[in-house]
Amino acid sequence: MKEKFDAIVVGAGPAGNAAAYTLAKAGLSVLQIERGEYPGSKNVQGAILYSDALEKMIPDFREDAPLERHVIEQRQWVLSKDSYVGAHYRSDAFNHEPYNRYTIIRAQFDKWFSSKVREAGALVICETTVDHLIMDGEQVVGVQCDREHGDVYADVVILADGVNSVLARKAGFHGEIEAANVALAVKEILFMPEETIQERFNIGEEEGVVIEMIGSITDGMMGTGFLYTNKESLTIGVGCMLSDFKTSPNRTSPYAMLEQMKRHPSIAPLIAGGEMKEYCAHLIPEGGYRAVPKVAGNGWMIAGDSGGFVNAVHREGSNLAMTTGRVAAETYIEARAAGKPMTEATLRAYPEKLKNSFVMKDLHKYRDMPQIFHHNKQFFTTYPDLVNDAARTMLTVDGVDKKTKEKAVMSSFRKARGLPGMFGDAFKFWRAVR
Amino acid sequence: MSTATFPIVNVEEKLFQNRYRVDHGRPHIQIKDARICQSQCENKACTFVCPASCYKAEGNGAVTLITDGCLECGSCRIICTEHENVAWEYPRGGHGVLFKFG
Ligand SMILES: Cc1cc2nc3c(=O)[nH]c(=O)nc-3n(C[C@H](O)[C@H](O)[C@H](O)COP(=O)(O)OP(=O)(O)OC[C@H]3O[C@@H](n4cnc5c(N)ncnc54)[C@H](O)[C@@H]3O)c2cc1C
Ligand code: SF4
Ligand code: SF4
Repeated sequence: MKEKFDAIVVGAGPAGNAAAYTLAKAGLSVLQIERGEYPGSKNVQGAILYSDALEKMIPDFREDAPLERHVIEQRQWVLSKDSYVGAHYRSDAFNHEPYNRYTIIRAQFDKWFSSKVREAGALVICETTVDHLIMDGEQVVGVQCDREHGDVYADVVILADGVNSVLARKAGFHGEIEAANVALAVKEILFMPEETIQERFNIGEEEGVVIEMIGSITDGMMGTGFLYTNKESLTIGVGCMLSDFKTSPNRTSPYAMLEQMKRHPSIAPLIAGGEMKEYCAHLIPEGGYRAVPKVAGNGWMIAGDSGGFVNAVHREGSNLAMTTGRVAAETYIEARAAGKPMTEATLRAYPEKLKNSFVMKDLHKYRDMPQIFHHNKQFFTTYPDLVNDAARTMLTVDGVDKKTKEKAVMSSFRKARGLPGMFGDAFKFWRAVR
Repeated sequence: MSTATFPIVNVEEKLFQNRYRVDHGRPHIQIKDARICQSQCENKACTFVCPASCYKAEGNGAVTLITDGCLECGSCRIICTEHENVAWEYPRGGHGVLFKFG
């Protein structure tokens, strides 16, 4: 017998879970397929959870979701090899409920989200890899899994299969990912007592700190480091563009970069004594607006990382994944109610809806960012060193008058980049973020 | 530019913390033609970019791949664009790395 569902969702990350949850809540028959032993067992994130996207589906998620700490302080660090210059923003406003951002442990969060999907009535099958899409001419009509009798059919297939987007590529919907459009990130989780974390980061119970870093830690590559506080653990990681790793003159490995970062004199005391319990790696689609492929066709839609929906500037991904997954589901629900065939013409409503949402508006706003940073590595190399040198010069009391020091700082900037270079950089930066 | 001197890191020690269910005898990633690695690929980027160090450069210029510690990131496939010499699939359902925290 041919098994047929209203919708099949591939993947149980935030995009797939949001899609399956929305479809099941609407009373449709949903099959969700996940290759991991349980939802989350293949997934990696920093991880900051932004409440808004989840709240739109599960308003009372705070009651039982596994949340670590709500973020009350954000630190931006610019590092040289032995120092940092930082801007910290801490506000008591972040201590008023409902909280806006939380640290989470991704594998646990996905498991929880998946329990909601099951409760809503979707059939969730794990330990099953989808190998191919099943086509009937131009129309996607189902998926082929790596199990016996593994062919299942549906009206629509939502591909929420993550950054590698293997299924859409095999089907010829888009080509191979470019190394310049993805970052490779590695991270570790380090366990230590709750009290130690609270003392070191100057926070109370349940309060959290986020540190984002650029500079010497990435060995000249375009990338960032991060350090997040969980309840009883810290997450530390670093990610750089895969194209930069590939062409690294020092043949720098991601794990060597991470190890070096952990030894940085500004970071080492914060993580000292932490017990490392897991080491992960994952790609992040960072090509932005211009790298988003076609995301809807005959009988298929793509949501989340698989469609490149990540705002790298603001480190937002899971919320775009949840939003695109939900909107894809809603598109199907509406088309079905209107009795429309699941053709490309119908499902094109999905990217149209995204265009009017924060997802594409934000990606559009930063559309030039990736290119500008790729071609101007000084933002990751020269400037961090200059800024740190300037701070050291100004803060060292050594009998030299401040005016002379200022001159020395200005001249170090001019020497390194030249006046036109500096103005050019300021302009490029402004154009990228405006 | 500050060029850091990078520490020698034994990534196996890191991977040792992870849980895996290895699909014995059925590696999910394969080098298509070992001769291409040996004779045509100068950079051999996979040998230092792979975050699990699954690719190893041998003394004679050959590259060997053992996928047991693979973190399933996809990097090796994407960086091998000049030669397209990596046949890359996900492991069979339920196999491969198993993140407790992610
Ligand atoms: C180091 C790091 C830090 C990050 N930090 C943040 C952050 O702080 N905040 C934030 O919002 N975002 C962050 N992101 C981005 C965020 O993690 C992603 O955008 C988000 O996970 C995308 O969700 P997704 O559901 O599209 O994909 P995924 O979470 O990758 O889920 C895809 C799912 O599909 C399954 N799958 C894939 N192929 C198949 C197949 N063929 N058959 C069956 N199942 C399949 C996978 O096993 C997986 O469960 C970070 C990412 C990384 C790597
Ligand atoms: S990059 Fe490709 S061709 Fe080169 S050594 Fe690695 S697998 Fe072989
Ligand atoms: S997928 Fe990632 S971890 Fe696995 S072999 Fe390739 S580069 Fe290494």
